[in-house]
Amino acid sequence: MKLLRGYTKVFRRLMGDLRPNRMDLILTLVCSLLVTLCQLYIPVLCGHAVDTMIGAGGVRFDLLRNILLRILVCSCLLALSQWVMTACSQRLSFGVSFRLRNRLIRKIQTLPLSYLDTHPSGDMVSRMITDVENISEGMLMGLTQLFTGLTMIIGVLIIMARLSLGVSAVVVGMTPLGMATAAFIVRRTSKYFKKQSVIRGKETALIHELMDGQKVVQAFGYEKGALERFDEVNEELRDASMKATFFSSLTNPSTRMVNNLVYAVVCLVCSLLAIRQSITIGEFSIFLSYAGQYAKPFNEISGVITELQNSVACSERVFEILDTLEEDVSGEKEYQAEGNVSLDHVSFRYREDVPLIDDFSLDVRKGQRIAIVGPTGCGKTTLINLLMRFYDVHSGTISLDGKDIRTLSRSALRANWGMVLQDTWLKSGTVRENIAFGHREASEEEIIQAAKDAHIDGFIRQLPKGYDTEIAENGANLSQGQKQLLCIARVMLALPPMLILDEATSSIDTRTEILIQRAFSRMMKGRTSFIVAHRLSTIREADTILVMKSGHLVEMGNHRSLMDQNGFYAELYNSQFSGAEAAEA
Amino acid sequence: MKYLLRKLKPFRKESILAPAFKMLEAMFDLLVPMVVAYVIDSGVRVQDQPVLYRGFVMLILMAIVGLACSFTAQYFSAKAAIGSTTALRHDLYAHIQTLSFRDQDRIGVSTLMTRLTADILQVQNGVNLFLRLFLRSPFIVFGALIMAFSISSRISLIFLGGIALLFLCVIVIMRITGKGFRDIQKYMDKLTLLSRENLEGVRVIRAFRAEDAEEQSFREQNQDMQKQQFRTGRVSALLGPLTGVTVNLCIILILHLGAGQVNGGILLSGQVVALVNYMNQILVELVKLANLVVTLSKASASMNRVSQILDTCPGMQYPESSSSASTDSDTAVSFDHVSLRYSESGEASLRNLTFQVRRGETLGIIGGTGCGKTSLVSLIPRFYDATEGEVCLGGRNVRSYARGEIIRKVGVVMQRPHLFQGTIRSNLTLGCPDADDTVLWEALEQAQAAEFVREKKGGLDAEVEQEGRNLSGGQKQRLTIARALINKPEVLILDDASSALDYATDAALRRNLSSLSWPCTVILVSQRTATIQQADRILVMDHGQIVGQGTHSALLRDCPLYREIHESQYQEGEAE
Repeated sequence: MKLLRGYTKVFRRLMGDLRPNRMDLILTLVCSLLVTLCQLYIPVLCGHAVDTMIGAGGVRFDLLRNILLRILVCSCLLALSQWVMTACSQRLSFGVSFRLRNRLIRKIQTLPLSYLDTHPSGDMVSRMITDVENISEGMLMGLTQLFTGLTMIIGVLIIMARLSLGVSAVVVGMTPLGMATAAFIVRRTSKYFKKQSVIRGKETALIHELMDGQKVVQAFGYEKGALERFDEVNEELRDASMKATFFSSLTNPSTRMVNNLVYAVVCLVCSLLAIRQSITIGEFSIFLSYAGQYAKPFNEISGVITELQNSVACSERVFEILDTLEEDVSGEKEYQAEGNVSLDHVSFRYREDVPLIDDFSLDVRKGQRIAIVGPTGCGKTTLINLLMRFYDVHSGTISLDGKDIRTLSRSALRANWGMVLQDTWLKSGTVRENIAFGHREASEEEIIQAAKDAHIDGFIRQLPKGYDTEIAENGANLSQGQKQLLCIARVMLALPPMLILDEATSSIDTRTEILIQRAFSRMMKGRTSFIVAHRLSTIREADTILVMKSGHLVEMGNHRSLMDQNGFYAELYNSQFSGAEAAEA
Repeated sequence: MKYLLRKLKPFRKESILAPAFKMLEAMFDLLVPMVVAYVIDSGVRVQDQPVLYRGFVMLILMAIVGLACSFTAQYFSAKAAIGSTTALRHDLYAHIQTLSFRDQDRIGVSTLMTRLTADILQVQNGVNLFLRLFLRSPFIVFGALIMAFSISSRISLIFLGGIALLFLCVIVIMRITGKGFRDIQKYMDKLTLLSRENLEGVRVIRAFRAEDAEEQSFREQNQDMQKQQFRTGRVSALLGPLTGVTVNLCIILILHLGAGQVNGGILLSGQVVALVNYMNQILVELVKLANLVVTLSKASASMNRVSQILDTCPGMQYPESSSSASTDSDTAVSFDHVSLRYSESGEASLRNLTFQVRRGETLGIIGGTGCGKTSLVSLIPRFYDATEGEVCLGGRNVRSYARGEIIRKVGVVMQRPHLFQGTIRSNLTLGCPDADDTVLWEALEQAQAAEFVREKKGGLDAEVEQEGRNLSGGQKQRLTIARALINKPEVLILDDASSALDYATDAALRRNLSSLSWPCTVILVSQRTATIQQADRILVMDHGQIVGQGTHSALLRDCPLYREIHESQYQEGEAE
């Protein structure tokens, strides 16, 4: 019952996605009804046909011909309606998954960052791909199966009752036996399946870890130890799989046995009736073929129920995304900023109980440089999040040229920012598409100019297909430095009045780094820029330095005033600098 | 296949008994229509009631014995399938461990993982289904044919034609849809990729206001996939109706011919019923057979992929034991005209390198990304074999050492600090499981890691999560350094292993390394001149070649590339 309620709830929600395919839905149901009718009628006709064969010399050929003609018509109708039913139910389920995925991708573009940051992308992807698949298959194919199964059972019962009440009573009486057997096995196996999937997950995780560190394993001669760890889980999996596989493979034989028992009973009762001539031999054969068919829908339905349970669970995960509140898109649609940024008594925290930025004020004139300094994980990205309105402040205001940025639409605000992050994300596609990422309509000259400004044009020309070279997923075929230069070229094309630069260069060699620095400084000329800084020179040249430590803003000022304060900044600066000096000596 | 058969050998009994019992069960299934015919023709028709009871008892017995048979068969087949693939998985993993780094690079980590997980699972399902169904379904199909023959040889010709037609239907449709399903899978992979990109690049997409464009390209893929799904779906939906209509046509023919024979007194009507039943049984088994073929072809493709890995011979041979030639040579490491290319056709990663490092010296190696620094040092512990030239360790060619000996002599700290789930202790003792606490603490002290380990709850037994997620980058680096020190190696290689350490810690670490309690040659790879400038000798690498060799001050004077690197890193310092 709980399943039924869950199912109807989900089904109601899917109504919108079903509507464009409602013809398919209707056709599926109508055809499945036809299929059932034909499937039921053909054995009846066969029975009648047998009844025309009374014995040697006594066959009623005229009747038989008529019956055979009907069987022919029925089989053709059956084939046609079966094909339409399957094709339509597939269209239905493909259509629904198509629209669900389109809705999900739209949703992803509009969900608040706070949601996306707290939901691992692997999990989100599996909801978009696998869960949607399970919904459309489980829910709709399951629906068709359930429908045909139920009509089949009802139809069989009606026809049998018309032929002989006694025999149908026997069949119905044995029904609970079949259902109980199926239910018993399903319940038992689901426990083992769960255990199996837990252990399989454990093994996958272990394999992932071991394969990832395979070179370390070999470098230290740890093979034996690793193999022992592997075997331990491998054996565990063997036991779990053995149980799950064996018990689940009992379902079919068990239900088949019940089926055979019903068949035997029907055979006995019918033959006893036939011997007294209460039914004909043809009717006897009808009963037998029904007794064979009758249990089949029960098996199918018990399979469908597991699928439905699964799809209801999947749809909850999908609807959770669809139900999440979107970012609002209100506010001015276009705005051309000067580049004066001010933060006025800004407070922000990701989690209610963990204060992060408290009562923070800052005034930045057009063209100024702000460096953000601090050890890794100090919350530098939080500031970027607030400036770009990936997150909104809790109290206080951030304003752009004196305008509260919340009066602008996010899109209008972001058009004024250029951003290069340490995490160099590139899309799979050509080099050209990546540079023109924010400006699809950019001309060839503009793209090449941007690449030249970012000092990457030369490299691109060396690639096998130049600007048309495909970049693998996440730029796997490029070095870190090349990726970063491409990200810079991407911003170069637009050159908005304000910049956010995360200039991490730890894994880049010095000569590429020099190129990147040059590209950065060319970009920053005359623009308001916020720089997450690692290099002493950038820091010293900044107009204002924000010093952050474990999520808090601890100091603020220019290089000289901060050194005079002799606080955390001075300590940080001295440790780096004196380290370099000590090495120099 | 040979690997699988070898693994199935211990399960020979199970592999034979499972199909045998399955066949027994099938035999009972085949007998059912005969019993029914017997009941009709010898019981009902001649009013012989005891025959009816006999028939009933036979049916019940067959149902019960059939159940027992199939339980036994399922048990044996599960045991054989799971047992053999568990052993196969063990073998595969053990084999992967013998692969050289070159093989591993070529094959790729993610491929190896798929082989170990998804592919073996596929094989397992294939074996299981094979043992259970492969004999049963054909047996029923042909058994039904034979039964039909025994009833009426003329009518059985219809069976023959029908079966041929059914096989044709199944094969043709599976051929056509096979490609379609593969295409759908490709679209699905692309959609997965796009979803992942959209999620991981969300900040960039929004910063560049590319939401609509990204959504559009997803929609287009989705649309294409839907079209392909419709196209393939229409054809695959034909399978059921076509086979069904074929069977029904056969039944019509059977009834028609049967009627004639009944009229002629050759057949009894109960036998006609039996023939119809056999035709229906064939349909059911044929559908199962079609599914089986799909699963088996998937499984055999997986097995081939697994075999490819197992066929890969370890690309590197080690002598059983080192020739005990004297190792008192004065040079710790020497390269003599060494070149390296990772693949036959690829560009050389190292070109004609010649240099020597004396025992106890410190060697620094510097150069830009991709210049061959890591390639150079990975030749010393024989992670790779040089394509040309000779690499010597302690005066002897590295190829003359037994594997265990190289591992003991050379300690390596790789660029990416990799830790395993477990404890700090289990991570430190990878190479020598019986090192005692004093040794561990000594190594930790030297690696500047003792302090934070002491602060951890549990000390040496503090938990390390997968990938060392609960440790900072700097902590991980220091632990991997300590790990390499446990064995007291003669040669210690640090491949950019202190990049996450601050200057002060880095300097202290280097001081410790220069005063180890045993004679140790240290090879430092770095991108920062600060890290290596105190080395006895520095190699400057560019595009796989050595472009400068000497001390810090000599290189500053003579090597323009070195000077350029140094100045780019120290301009701030000098300006002060």
